[in-house]
Amino acid sequence: MKYIDEFREPRLIAETSAEIRRLADPARQYRFMEVCGGHTHAIYRFGLKDMLPRNIELVHGPGCPVCVLPMGRIDDGLSIASAHDVVFAAFGDMMRVPGTNGSPLEHKARGLDIRTVYSPADALKLACANPDRHVMFFAIGFETTAPSTALTLKRAKTLGVRNFSVFCNHVTIIPAIRAILDSPDMRIDAFIGPGHVSTVIGCRPYEWIARHEGKPIVVSGFEPLDVLQSTVMLLRQLERGEARVENQYRRVVPWEGNRPALQAMAEVFTLRSYFEWRGMGFISQSALAMRDEYAEWDAEKRFSIPGIRVTDPKAAQCGEVLKGVLKPAQCKLFGNECTPERPIGALMVSSEGACAAYYQYEHRKSLVAISA
Amino acid sequence: MCLAIPGQIVSFDPALAHSATVDVVGVRRKVDISLVEPEGVSLGDWVLIHVGFAMSKIREQDAHDQMRMLRSLGETQAAMDEVRGYLDDVSEGKGGSPP
Amino acid sequence: MATASTKVRFRDAQIEMAHGAGGKASRRLIEGLFAPLLLGSSSEPLGDATHIGWNGTRFAITADSFVVSPLRFAGGSIGELAVNGTVNDLAVSGARAETLVVTYVLEAGLSTEVLEAEVSAMGRAARAAGVTIAGGDTKVVEHGKADGMYITTAGVGRLIPGVHCSPDSVRPGDVVMLSGPIGDHGITILLARGELDLEASLSSDTRPVLPLVEALAGAAAPGLRWMRDPTRGGVATALNELARDCNLCVYLFEERVPVRDAVRGACELLGLDPLHIANEGQFLAVVSPDYADAALDALHRAPGGECARIIGEVRPQPACAVLSAAPYGGTRIVDMLVGDPLPRIC
Repeated sequence: MKYIDEFREPRLIAETSAEIRRLADPARQYRFMEVCGGHTHAIYRFGLKDMLPRNIELVHGPGCPVCVLPMGRIDDGLSIASAHDVVFAAFGDMMRVPGTNGSPLEHKARGLDIRTVYSPADALKLACANPDRHVMFFAIGFETTAPSTALTLKRAKTLGVRNFSVFCNHVTIIPAIRAILDSPDMRIDAFIGPGHVSTVIGCRPYEWIARHEGKPIVVSGFEPLDVLQSTVMLLRQLERGEARVENQYRRVVPWEGNRPALQAMAEVFTLRSYFEWRGMGFISQSALAMRDEYAEWDAEKRFSIPGIRVTDPKAAQCGEVLKGVLKPAQCKLFGNECTPERPIGALMVSSEGACAAYYQYEHRKSLVAISA
Repeated sequence: MCLAIPGQIVSFDPALAHSATVDVVGVRRKVDISLVEPEGVSLGDWVLIHVGFAMSKIREQDAHDQMRMLRSLGETQAAMDEVRGYLDDVSEGKGGSPP
Repeated sequence: MATASTKVRFRDAQIEMAHGAGGKASRRLIEGLFAPLLLGSSSEPLGDATHIGWNGTRFAITADSFVVSPLRFAGGSIGELAVNGTVNDLAVSGARAETLVVTYVLEAGLSTEVLEAEVSAMGRAARAAGVTIAGGDTKVVEHGKADGMYITTAGVGRLIPGVHCSPDSVRPGDVVMLSGPIGDHGITILLARGELDLEASLSSDTRPVLPLVEALAGAAAPGLRWMRDPTRGGVATALNELARDCNLCVYLFEERVPVRDAVRGACELLGLDPLHIANEGQFLAVVSPDYADAALDALHRAPGGECARIIGEVRPQPACAVLSAAPYGGTRIVDMLVGDPLPRIC
């Protein structure tokens, strides 16, 4: 596969790993946070931790839109589907995420009309094809996905499709990074920046991380060579005492971002003054809501919702894992009460959540080390 | 938020505005190209696809540059190893002229 | 080894789709509810077919059910799946299918034309596989149930001489083989449902694997330790079951697992792993190292076995796990899924 296979070339991976080993100061402990859940997934899927020296620790950041979605929002979405006989359409990622009374798939088993879609455009098509049913698209995702929802809403408005709405849970990445950096027990040296969010917002929004927080950040692609090359770039900056924004993913990320995407978002969305992030608490100006001009397509305005806040059990230490203070296996609930099959906290609900990824791909490797 | 795959534009639908068919090693899907149209897209262009929308045009030159940089990493390393090896040999009295 | 003594309790309040997907949830249902109630205190590992002794003769018996939507898809239909699936369950247990009985549960409103097409397909598949369909039963249920039709089969077969498969006999150093490319069937069905708007020229790989199993047995029976057909849940599930049953590690060389381009493309687009996708015309075999070359050679020479590959080996650690290694050395655990693989965007 072009633009994928080249970046998985074994010899180059070995050489880049060697360069990392050469650059990493053995007297130093490095903690790099990869912000985006897609990077967490890539790191585990490609076994990239095996390619790094022991003194480079990768801390999994909050960039997993499924993980940070409060359970109450899922309950709200499902209650709309149930109370108003509405088709609940969402990405596959949402289907097994537990609400208070079960996941969307479990609700489907009880008779709700729940559909998996690959694209918000497909949800709109579903509405057009079924004029006698209302289709509600349960939207999640960061700025990578928000433009697609925005374009879909614009199209719905242009076409005058009345039996379609969006339940909007889009969140923005910068406030999440800010929250991580603001927290007192944070111990991150540098960031592997989100590659696909940056195709939309560009690289400028990260400049304050370098300038004011003094942390290097490299916007990175998702193939093994991308992540490893980004690690090299971070190490070089740290070695020289620099803190800059760099774009490793140049083949895809424009420094200035994607203007049509940003325009579409500005037309359709406005910032909520605050939004709750599961595992992180309330963060201001961190989530998108639909503008009044789109009220007719806003599920929250068309339908009434319980809006009940559901908190995670105190024993769930998601917040600390998110900040890099604890490793997944160090949370008391990890692997016992909290597993991917029966997740209790934010980081276990999605396969790219730090705990779920660790559980699925790594956990048993370390059990061996203990028993051997 | 992050799963996006490179695909090649293989056709445009004259009846459907802002839409193109993209091929990913033999799998085809119609994608919305509104976000890349302003910069101009043609048949054969590679785009990054996320949830059925083309997010960005893939810049071949940047991909090449990156590969070149990665390859030179290995070359630099090989060159350094060679020099180091020579220095080790000299310090151990193995003598001989440099290669 | 996972047996009835590893007390699994089935605590779910209701049955979900996940329980039928062949992964962890299915396993919980089978081990935690069906096995204790139906199989008594048997400590046999659960396989697809069972070998029974009766009046001094041993034979194999299996049962299976076929639920697929749409009924027809590129490369096959439910009728062929039913025959081939049963033949294959018996084949990988080391038996040659002889006779099938078949039940149909038909939805009222199903067109006769559709039914005839399926029954003809089934007849053709039975003849091609060399099995007799001896009889069966039919029921009709109300419109809205049965997705058109459900088919159940039971099959009996003769044991292939010299073949004694058991996870107990698997040893570190044994070689893991796969008969051909994976993911064709599951992706074909996914695309055929039309919800994802993807097109590809792919078809189901449904076929009887018996001829390949017999070729393998002919060349390597004394070294043949274990076989399984990776249907729902894919290669990942089958190998995890093996790893658990023999308390060893199955170590895969990722780049040696054959996957067609289009399957790979669809999986990359949808965020799926080919190792979790269903197959209907492949099988896995574990062979001792001294018979590995002969086994692979026999498969390559048999019609339909050209793409067979050695994909991994058995190692002592980590026990009960399947590990996949990339060519550059990075490894990851390959787990069983909970339910059906779902497309993802993150």
